[in-house]
Amino acid sequence: MAELRKKIARTLRVGLVAVAALGVALAGGPAEAATKTSFKVAWTIYAGWMPWGYAVDQGIVKKWADKYGISIDMVQMNDYIESINQYTAGSLDGVLAANMDALTIPAVGGVDTTSLINGDFSNGNDGILMKTGKTVADLKGAKVNLVELSVSHYLLARALESASLSERDVKTVNTSDADFIAAYGTGDVQAMVAWNPALSDLKTRKDANLVFDSSKIPGEIIDIAIVNTATLKDNPALGKALVGAWFEVLSIMQKNDAAGIAARTAMAKASGTDLAGYESQLATTRMFYTPAEAVAFTKSPQLPETMKRVRDFSFSHGLLGNGAKSADVVGMEFPGGVVVGDPKNIKLRFDLTFVEMAAAGKL
Amino acid sequence: MRRLINLRPSRQGTFFLGALPFAIVLVIYFVFSSLRLAENPADKLMPAFSTMGEAIVRVAAEPEQRSGTIVLWADTGASLVRLALGLGIATAIGLVFGILNGLIVYARVTLAPFVGVLSMVPPMALLPILFIMLGLEETSKVALIVIGVAPYLMRDLALRVEELPGEQLVKAQTLGASTWVIVARVVLPQILPRLIDGLRLSLGPAWLFLIAAEAIASTEGLGYRIFLMRRYMAMDVILPYVAWITFLAAISDWVLVQISRRAFGWAHLGRGA
Repeated sequence: MAELRKKIARTLRVGLVAVAALGVALAGGPAEAATKTSFKVAWTIYAGWMPWGYAVDQGIVKKWADKYGISIDMVQMNDYIESINQYTAGSLDGVLAANMDALTIPAVGGVDTTSLINGDFSNGNDGILMKTGKTVADLKGAKVNLVELSVSHYLLARALESASLSERDVKTVNTSDADFIAAYGTGDVQAMVAWNPALSDLKTRKDANLVFDSSKIPGEIIDIAIVNTATLKDNPALGKALVGAWFEVLSIMQKNDAAGIAARTAMAKASGTDLAGYESQLATTRMFYTPAEAVAFTKSPQLPETMKRVRDFSFSHGLLGNGAKSADVVGMEFPGGVVVGDPKNIKLRFDLTFVEMAAAGKL
Repeated sequence: MRRLINLRPSRQGTFFLGALPFAIVLVIYFVFSSLRLAENPADKLMPAFSTMGEAIVRVAAEPEQRSGTIVLWADTGASLVRLALGLGIATAIGLVFGILNGLIVYARVTLAPFVGVLSMVPPMALLPILFIMLGLEETSKVALIVIGVAPYLMRDLALRVEELPGEQLVKAQTLGASTWVIVARVVLPQILPRLIDGLRLSLGPAWLFLIAAEAIASTEGLGYRIFLMRRYMAMDVILPYVAWITFLAAISDWVLVQISRRAFGWAHLGRGA
């Protein structure tokens, strides 16, 4: 009996060591950046990102990937934040994100990230609605439903600033974006920050006054395609293929010929609306249709200013992490060697190498 | 006889074996976390235990800058109030309708089919309707818990009442008991332990409904915080919150067992917990 018990104890000890060893083995060396040939990039539904879906359906992504001898698995994910979290965790090579989320999730999480394409900025796609108030000043004392800590929250902070109010003057209620429309219909909602497509639906209600929208802060809510910096450095083919595919789709969709209308109709359908609905969303999305426009926007001195503002907002809301002693913990690099924040800890890079290649017709 | 089924571990052995799975999970977490942190010291997915410790101090001991409250306690308070209200109302409904459906034939033929159908409605699917009908505030969150838990309690109790030996009811009647006295003196004492059992099994679903409701529209609560933190992958807060919720659930389960043991010792003869 005693001997058997000893045997069991010994077996258990061996088992424990084996489990620990297995853990080490399974973890393997965390994916080391190196030359590889297949990549995974995720996109989610948003007016400015629908061209990616079209590019996949029409084989444009595949065409450009083949040209550079790689394969790109461009997957559509249902949940935007989940796609960014997956990218941050390392299971995606690239993802589409708003500038603020690119800073606060992967960059703050230590994942060196490069903004490959500044695709567009929100020019009315995000807005603040009030049921009875008519101006931003009326928000004082109101309850505001929004997705907290998102670009909506940033928009609200900028709106309040414009009326010399602060966040202390309102009460924020975290509300899921899937429930914007249902929530607005309840008596509990006084004001709401929403984005398209829900925003355009809500604007048609009699009890919805648009008191502020992102067209009042143009160029501050930017939608960017981000990729892992190390992966991009070792595999420039990924950058070339993505940028090439992107501007090919944009050149198709911006025209008013049959192919352009067909492309926009397909994108409208994929985002659950019709051509007119999608075009009204595009009207409030400032797309950079040509590489030259994207270059000009990325080079302008406004971009570092904007990112500084976004960073300060993120810092004051605790989004730069626990250990963050100042807003400078994470560095951001812009074209022309401009650096905002800690130059020793650059984690977000706005890079023009590939877009400039496209502008010069070298892709 | 030396057979595996006859072997019993010693007292220390029992403790060691019980702690083993916990230790294995912690070791595996530690290994993976260390590997990820060696690669990227700012990794948010699997923070080190020390990082989580700092986060716990921050949420449990330091007032938040913006609101001035200590978030862990504010969240815990808000969530426990919702949970207690939801479970309390569900228990009351379950008890009343359970006895009615189990004992009174007229009530059973009227209500049992309805309750049977009602209990098949997936509560999560009702959530959007609840929000529109009852608003985004506390009522709809409590209502979701009630809708999720009450039908199960009603059906469970009705079955237990029906299982009571017919002889007991006959005997009580020969001794002159009215329906009311039978409910109060024969039925109630025997099904209260069953009610507590039902409540224990409902704790899991109740937490699920609570967190789902808090994720949609809220200003505080344990589920609210987890979904808010998810926005920037603050696993150093999310993991301790999950552990805290688990702990609260385990404690409530233990408290219910103790109440049941003290009050209805007879119901615990010959069973584990």
